[in-house]
Amino acid sequence: MPSKLKSPKALEALQKKLGKVADAGKVSISVCNGTACRPYGSNPVVEAFKTEIEKRGVADKIDFRITGCHGFCERGPVALIQPGNIFYQKIQVDDIPEIVEKTLLNRIVIERLLFKNDSVGNIQAQVDIPFYKKQQRIILGNNVKIDPTSIEDYIAIGGYSALSKSLFELKPEQIIDMVKASGLRGRGGGGFPTGAKWESCRNAHGDIKYVIVNADEGDPGAYANEGLLSGNPHSVLEGLIIGAYAIGAHQGYIYVRNEYPLALKNITIAMQQAEKLGLLGKDILGSGFDFNVRINRGGGAFVCGESTALMASLEGKPGEPRAKYIHTVEKGLWERPSDLNNVETWANIPLIINNGPEWFSAIGSSGNTGTKIFSLTGKVNNTGLVEVPLGIKLRDIIFDIGGGIRDGKKFKAVQTGGPSGGCLPESMLDLPVNFDELTKAGSMMGSGGMIVMDEDNCMVDVARYFLTFLEEESCGKCVPCREGIKRMRQILNDICDGKGQESDIDLLKELGAHLQDSALCALGSSAPNPVLTTINYFHDEYMAHIRDKKCPAGVCKALIHFYIKDNCPGCGLCVKACPTNAITFVEKRKPVILDQSKCIKCRTCYDICKMGAVGIE
Amino acid sequence: MKDKVSEIVKKYNKDKSQLVSILQDIQAEYNYLPREALNKLSKKLDIPQSQIYSMATFFRAFSLKPRGKHIINVCLGTACHVRGGELIAESLERQLNVKRGGTTADGKFTLESVNCMGCCATGPVVKIDEEYFGHMTNDKVEPMLKKY
Amino acid sequence: MSETVTLTIDGKKYTAERGRTVLQVATDNGIRIPTLCHNEAIEPYGACRLCVVEVTRGSRTRIVTSCLYPVEEGLIVQTASDRVIRNRKMLLDLLLARCSENEVIKNLAAEYGVTQPSFRQEYWEKNDCIVCGLCVRACEQVVGVSAISLVNRGISKEPAPPFLEKATDCIGCGSCYYVCPTHAIKMEDKNGVRRIHNWKVEFKLKKCSKCGIYWAPEAQLEYIRRKADLPVGFFDICPNCR
Repeated sequence: MPSKLKSPKALEALQKKLGKVADAGKVSISVCNGTACRPYGSNPVVEAFKTEIEKRGVADKIDFRITGCHGFCERGPVALIQPGNIFYQKIQVDDIPEIVEKTLLNRIVIERLLFKNDSVGNIQAQVDIPFYKKQQRIILGNNVKIDPTSIEDYIAIGGYSALSKSLFELKPEQIIDMVKASGLRGRGGGGFPTGAKWESCRNAHGDIKYVIVNADEGDPGAYANEGLLSGNPHSVLEGLIIGAYAIGAHQGYIYVRNEYPLALKNITIAMQQAEKLGLLGKDILGSGFDFNVRINRGGGAFVCGESTALMASLEGKPGEPRAKYIHTVEKGLWERPSDLNNVETWANIPLIINNGPEWFSAIGSSGNTGTKIFSLTGKVNNTGLVEVPLGIKLRDIIFDIGGGIRDGKKFKAVQTGGPSGGCLPESMLDLPVNFDELTKAGSMMGSGGMIVMDEDNCMVDVARYFLTFLEEESCGKCVPCREGIKRMRQILNDICDGKGQESDIDLLKELGAHLQDSALCALGSSAPNPVLTTINYFHDEYMAHIRDKKCPAGVCKALIHFYIKDNCPGCGLCVKACPTNAITFVEKRKPVILDQSKCIKCRTCYDICKMGAVGIE
Repeated sequence: MKDKVSEIVKKYNKDKSQLVSILQDIQAEYNYLPREALNKLSKKLDIPQSQIYSMATFFRAFSLKPRGKHIINVCLGTACHVRGGELIAESLERQLNVKRGGTTADGKFTLESVNCMGCCATGPVVKIDEEYFGHMTNDKVEPMLKKY
Repeated sequence: MSETVTLTIDGKKYTAERGRTVLQVATDNGIRIPTLCHNEAIEPYGACRLCVVEVTRGSRTRIVTSCLYPVEEGLIVQTASDRVIRNRKMLLDLLLARCSENEVIKNLAAEYGVTQPSFRQEYWEKNDCIVCGLCVRACEQVVGVSAISLVNRGISKEPAPPFLEKATDCIGCGSCYYVCPTHAIKMEDKNGVRRIHNWKVEFKLKKCSKCGIYWAPEAQLEYIRRKADLPVGFFDICPNCR
């Protein structure tokens, strides 16, 4: 570890030194060990690389790096090799000796590990893969270049130079002007202009002010913040320190979601390293500016993503929101002016300082500048973290980057904005993805969840899913949220159970309007969105449940039954798998018999049958 | 028990605002939040018992009951839900013979549901202790449990 | 900045001190806004939402809770617009479904023409508590004891003693009972003993050494005596005989 940096010159010198090492022309390999690669077994892959490199004694010839998320989670575990920009996917432990021998030591590409595309064939370079082609990875792109637990790696690619520039060349007001000019809007969902928020906080009355990183990304199905915080924690920290200087805060907080152990670990390491190097703490880089950070773990409560609830939790109280008639930039944490921004918002700051606001505002579209990270999941072929310029069409993300729908199924809806967002149908696919258009369509940007659904997903069930989630996650303080969500969920349950009435639709709409008007915080006021958008865009599906007592997607258990088709070869696989012994074997080459009275509709037989001989109707 | 709680409180400089972190550490120590530990904490931090109980019951991460040797987290985030996460949860409930939040009679497993673990691309996902299992299907549940 | 502001409530202009809430100013001027979770002695909380009003500031009109909303210069307030009434009705509808047999809620709902919940009867509940938190807040802010708190969250949230057992810190003062807007707290004084059933506690009442009536829980008197540093035996005589 280098010693404490006491001036901008010292940082520059270190940067040069580390940069030279990085440019030494060695072959390098970055292996993803982000959270999403772990279920694929990236841990053993990483270990195998270490062992292999050591065994061969080639550590000095290969620049081996364990990194955070590369984005293309669908194909994990993945790795990127330089020179050549070679992208390997679905790497298994057995592949490692060959990768080291052939590619790393002898620069021979292993065709088998490349991304394959039916129309083009094997693609070697990461940039040429359709998943990456339409992306603009100004934030996430650095993930492959750095080991998130190494501050040297971050400094080598120019890290903390924006901080140095801010402290020594810019006045706080100038920084705020730059952020304002960039057009950056809050990436946590609401899209409030960041510069204006900073300015209000700077101008707010009071000597003690706080800056806060909201890393309590609670939207189920969104992990964009996780990928960023665990993959490049220093970029967030650097943005935070710059913000603190601009606003005039000397204490910051990073509130990390409880379910993100890797992000928590990496940001903690980052903080300790920055302190050791004099980039955090007293007299940062010899500038005279003091700033300390405390990391807080969440306790598993979605509502704590709401700023006032998060602040309550930081004060050691239950995460109950309070009315924001007096803004948190004036009276926030401990009733003092507090600026809270999302992880991704903070990570944009060093880029704006380094490259200038004009560079930033040239990306995206007017009023919606810059890029946004989405976690593209659900029924698309290419799931993963994608970063795109704002204003790109939904269709481009889902079909070009996402590669369309899995298994040749038909697109039905895309859900954005998590439980506060909505489900948009096929007719909206040409919608430009930005804060305003999504809101107009009844959905939201949220923290960047984008969940694609196909014909096998029931939209009434999806609405019920979100309400069940919100019912569990509501803090329970205000009546509209606590009681209203419960009633809406009961009605949706009834509809899914075939007990719905046509008047239920109107009651849901009335309740929805009431929550939007009267709930205390954004969790409650946006809670009806998944219901209202599905009623709006998928009205027929509701009516099928209510009038015909049918679930067209074959999801709602009370409205479907399983049956054995004539092509059943009687292999008996399902007989063994059935948890309730509802299926009886007759004889080989004769269809098995399913006893409806014993069937619990668990779908095991449907999933296990290789012949497609189990039907749902 | 006395010393552990004191140690943890000391680590946080008796800072009441760090209550969530303190409770996390106590839970990490005992695998749940034992009542005696919370009473001790109430005295050490000079916070009424009622307010500590309020915190312990507000946040989902905390358990007031002893938990099993292995903690199973079945993900019910949206991405996992649209790929059948609920069916995996039901299958786990059947095979372990416990409901969500419950611990098996032999104390081996506690089944908990979680709304997203940040690896949505591989849904449905189950996590047992520190190990992740992706692309789950019903027939993979039994072999997975057998590993423990 | 001037110390007073002028605002319009239901078409009439009023002058009010800066820092007051819309509810306070309306009440001061004889305009009735219904409330459940509000008590002048306790910090406003904004949970029951019954005091919603419509406010217009510049071009923006929205629904806010008057108990928390500070008055502002030029603010236009409507306490009974269609939108306000619609929201209040739905709130009472929701509360009635939760407390279908509670007289206070039934009467208040009836005032707004809500005589039965809009939801299927099988889902009606028979609670008395609306989780407004007044009992908890009174115990914390007025009494300074915090014997009870709001436990759990969401639909399971309720005021309760720690570990759902006897509230060991309770002094039996009954503040919770007096502030509860829906009479959900069951307290009785009988044969020299006070029982508060909700918190599973009972207290011996102090007998006045002069007139012989039971006048307050001994635990409460002892708590006050210590806090105010009064001599032992100070409360042997009841206020009437003193």
